Amino acid sequence: MTREPFQRVLDRHAEDVLRFLVAGLGRHDADDAFQETFISALRAYPKLRPDSDVRAWLFTIAHRKAIDVHRGRARRAVPVESVEDRAAPADTAALDASEGHWARVRALPDRQRAVLTLRYAADLTHAEIAAVLACSEAASRRAAADGLARLREEVTA
Amino acid sequence: MTELQPPAVDATALAARFAARAADSGDADVAYAVVDTPAGRVVAARTPTGLVRLAYEDFNGGLDRVLESLAVRLSPRIVEAPARLDDTRRELDEYFAGTRHAFDVPIDWTLTTPFARRVLQATAAIPFGQTSTYAQIAAAAGSPRGARPTGNALGSNPIPIIVPCHRVLATGGGLGGYTGGLSRKELLLGIEGVLLG
Repeated sequence: MTREPFQRVLDRHAEDVLRFLVAGLGRHDADDAFQETFISALRAYPKLRPDSDVRAWLFTIAHRKAIDVHRGRARRAVPVESVEDRAAPADTAALDASEGHWARVRALPDRQRAVLTLRYAADLTHAEIAAVLACSEAASRRAAADGLARLREEVTA
Repeated sequence: MTELQPPAVDATALAARFAARAADSGDADVAYAVVDTPAGRVVAARTPTGLVRLAYEDFNGGLDRVLESLAVRLSPRIVEAPARLDDTRRELDEYFAGTRHAFDVPIDWTLTTPFARRVLQATAAIPFGQTSTYAQIAAAAGSPRGARPTGNALGSNPIPIIVPCHRVLATGGGLGGYTGGLSRKELLLGIEGVLLG
């Protein structure tokens, strides 16, 4: 079995992958993570089983790259405040209204952050998220609910 | 209250940068570009070795069909990387402007059989503005079975224009066939100043 040309995968999923990475990492780190995601995907592409779900496979790679960036930040012990500062693009004065929400999502635990960015930035279903995170659909819904509850507490606190 | 709206993004530039890098680094096996010419839009595709395909878009089922065929026959690691096809585009522009009579871009013959390659290499030796016949090319390629297999090899030319199968005419002086339709064959021969009877 031969796969479709990789350019089609790029055309179809580039925007959603970038939304996911911008939401989870901020614009600065999203650019590099985007490049790394797609180069890893391109290299592995011929070995992907033909019956695989390309979208879930691609977001699994993007999720791993995002986790790598977060672990790197943790190792460098970057305070949350400065992560949020870097999330703001220096050259873009007009942030969309949700940028502040995503900055708070970035400070959530791994699972909650992953589920909220996959669900609300990349528009994956909970079934797709379950495939990406190797968890159950119920666990994905629970993590989303927990994450949203935590964001609400922070806003009202 | 917690409105998690997707962040506004434009992935166009990042995707193009990825594709260009992947083609330059060799992680992509095939780079392609769609090139506008006076003979219509052509899909130009190259490997690290050289130009491997030049397809009249409308005559080959459209861009997607051309790319799918390359994915099957070469590799699915295909990206759109126009800069990798700059030489091809420039040489085509010069050819159609009448300022280039011979092409210099390296060719990757992977998509041809050994016999078809001999036919096409004999064809590539026909100078600009001159013509040959199927029988002459068959003889030059050492085809024992005459003009018919040679005609088939020319009909499956993966790199028309640059491998000038349009310069091969029927033995009786007729136009013969062409992989992009006869009006294109006439157009190319007209550019080269060949008078058709």
